[in-house]
Amino acid sequence: MSQQTRTPADAIPQPLLDVRGIDTFYGAIQALRGVSLHVSRGEIVTLIGANGAGKTTLLGSIFGNPRASVGSVSFDGEDITTLATHRIAPRGIALVPEGRHIFPAMTVEENLVMGTIPVGEAHLDEDRAQMFELFPRLQERRNQRAGTLSGGEQQMLAIARALMSRPQLILLDEPSLGLAPLVVRRIFEVLREIASLGKTIFLVEQNANHALKLADRAYVLVNGEIRLQGSGRELLADPEVRKAYLGGH
Amino acid sequence: MLPAAPLHSRIDVLASLREALLAFVLALVVFGPVSGLMLSGYKVEPHWLRPLLLAAVVAAGRFAIHLLGQTPAGRRMVARNQARVHGGVTVAALGQSPNRARLLLVFVLLGAFVIPFLPWLPVPDALAALGGKYWLSNLILALIYVLLGLGLNIVVGLAGLLDLGFVAFYAVGAYFLALGAQYLGIGFWTALVCAPLLAACCGAVLGFPVLRMHGDYLAIVTLGFGEIIRLVLNNWLEFTGGPNGAPVPPPTLFGLEFTRTARQGGTPIHEFLGIEYNTNLKLVFTYLVLLVVVILMVRLLTRLRQIPMGRAWEALREDEIACRSLGINHVVVKLTAFMMGAMTGGLAGVFFATYQGFVNPTSFTFFESALILAIVVLGGLGSTVGVIIAALVLTLLPELLREFADFRVLAFGLLMVLMMIWRPRGLIRPQRPAFAPPQEVAR
Repeated sequence: MSQQTRTPADAIPQPLLDVRGIDTFYGAIQALRGVSLHVSRGEIVTLIGANGAGKTTLLGSIFGNPRASVGSVSFDGEDITTLATHRIAPRGIALVPEGRHIFPAMTVEENLVMGTIPVGEAHLDEDRAQMFELFPRLQERRNQRAGTLSGGEQQMLAIARALMSRPQLILLDEPSLGLAPLVVRRIFEVLREIASLGKTIFLVEQNANHALKLADRAYVLVNGEIRLQGSGRELLADPEVRKAYLGGH
Repeated sequence: MLPAAPLHSRIDVLASLREALLAFVLALVVFGPVSGLMLSGYKVEPHWLRPLLLAAVVAAGRFAIHLLGQTPAGRRMVARNQARVHGGVTVAALGQSPNRARLLLVFVLLGAFVIPFLPWLPVPDALAALGGKYWLSNLILALIYVLLGLGLNIVVGLAGLLDLGFVAFYAVGAYFLALGAQYLGIGFWTALVCAPLLAACCGAVLGFPVLRMHGDYLAIVTLGFGEIIRLVLNNWLEFTGGPNGAPVPPPTLFGLEFTRTARQGGTPIHEFLGIEYNTNLKLVFTYLVLLVVVILMVRLLTRLRQIPMGRAWEALREDEIACRSLGINHVVVKLTAFMMGAMTGGLAGVFFATYQGFVNPTSFTFFESALILAIVVLGGLGSTVGVIIAALVLTLLPELLREFADFRVLAFGLLMVLMMIWRPRGLIRPQRPAFAPPQEVAR
């Protein structure tokens, strides 16, 4: 199903997420300079960049915190540039924040319930069962406090919590941060499974190798500007990208 | 260390001996230089017997404890204690309602309701004194602090907003009754309903601009607000009476009054009931109404923690970024917590004014805010039972130790230091009601 929407002809008329020429400032410091990108329905798009390139700021700007001062962000045809942060999740965007940000004193189960806030608890049972299927470890630990989980499990929980709001688009901010290589591989497998469920994924990563292999399309962010874009495979082969992000040979 | 032996294993005496020997050596190392060398004049004299004796006592103790720890009862005790050491907030087990706790609760409530009637009941004098004027007054004050503690607990313990000016809402409640009676002719019951609402509105007015701040900044602003309210009350002579304060009318019950002669156009209750007049009647009435209000508040709080709004408070305390990305409006959630807290503070203020029969600004200094905060911290941030116990202890203990009144603040500080060392999370560890899933997922 997602295969059909990936053709450019379908993608251009109305991308699911459309970021057009945004500038974002922290006080006097400009973090983003005219960033434009789009994510079409059913795609996996990744954004790679070094520390301080503005990756997290870009996700923040989509969520209105900090707000972009120039340019526009639209989701599913609706302009969300000036929408209050808490109004954005109910539109069908879920964020898996950098550093996981689960609720440590709540149980795994309660964390999942918190994820249903944007949509209400009508589908709770069904979605929770699906999450436990996707992440069997979470079912084992459902009554355990989330703070006692391992880093990988916490990341799984953060992803599951985001999925509980039945989003159309999932934004992930460095899900591989601080995790062991084996766990990182598992996370990326899970992302592939999630994509096969028909979800659209926008992934921000430093781990360029994994991210580019997973992605349909990719952008490279350097000092707040989009430097390169193309299909994941193209960028993986690009000498500049290899040199800067893959420890090139 | 307990060996991880299977449950039916026999008691391992050899392991206990090993532990005892280790304890003996360690004790020798510690006590050797401390008590083995005596300084007399400029000479150091060795006394080898004493450290050996001390170490032997320690070793014997270790041996006994280790042996006991291997019996089934001892093993259970160790497991319980270990469970208590780990982690912060615990989550109550699902659907578990310990009967013993419930029985205790019933007894405590029964006892609380019986106390004011003790002087009329055939009980020993010592017990009857508990229902006397002196102790009843103290109990009322203690319950007022319970109410204040519960209110601040919502703000600080659950929502994690450090509020150093909580006394402001307490003052709003108290002055609402005093000034309302003076200018509008309202009574105790009207104030009981309206004062919490007014206090909640004050909470909203203060909260809306300041709740964008975090931690220390919020604390400073609330501290300032508390002082502003007190200074206004102190200096607005023509309206509040300034330092001279304002009188508060005694409470009534359906037109029945608790004074010797009717002053507000009703009937004195002792005439109505055909009993002898007793100066305690007003206190008994205040105590009973206050007790009912406290019980209702505790019930309300327990319910609040189970609904999404209560969960949102705790979630916001834990992680604001996650909350906002999940679509929680953090300003509204903080505001509800702030207003709920202010409401409870206003309620307590009404009772305080009624109990005193008079209000003036000296009752609402920063020290009160600090005391309420100490109650919450001492009881355990977020723990209802802990806060109630701490409030009772901190208000009743000074009465028991009247002779040491000069050292009260010193003892208070000492208590805080000791608490921080041994029970940094408060007397009772906060326990959240577990979320009950609407339907069990197939395991």
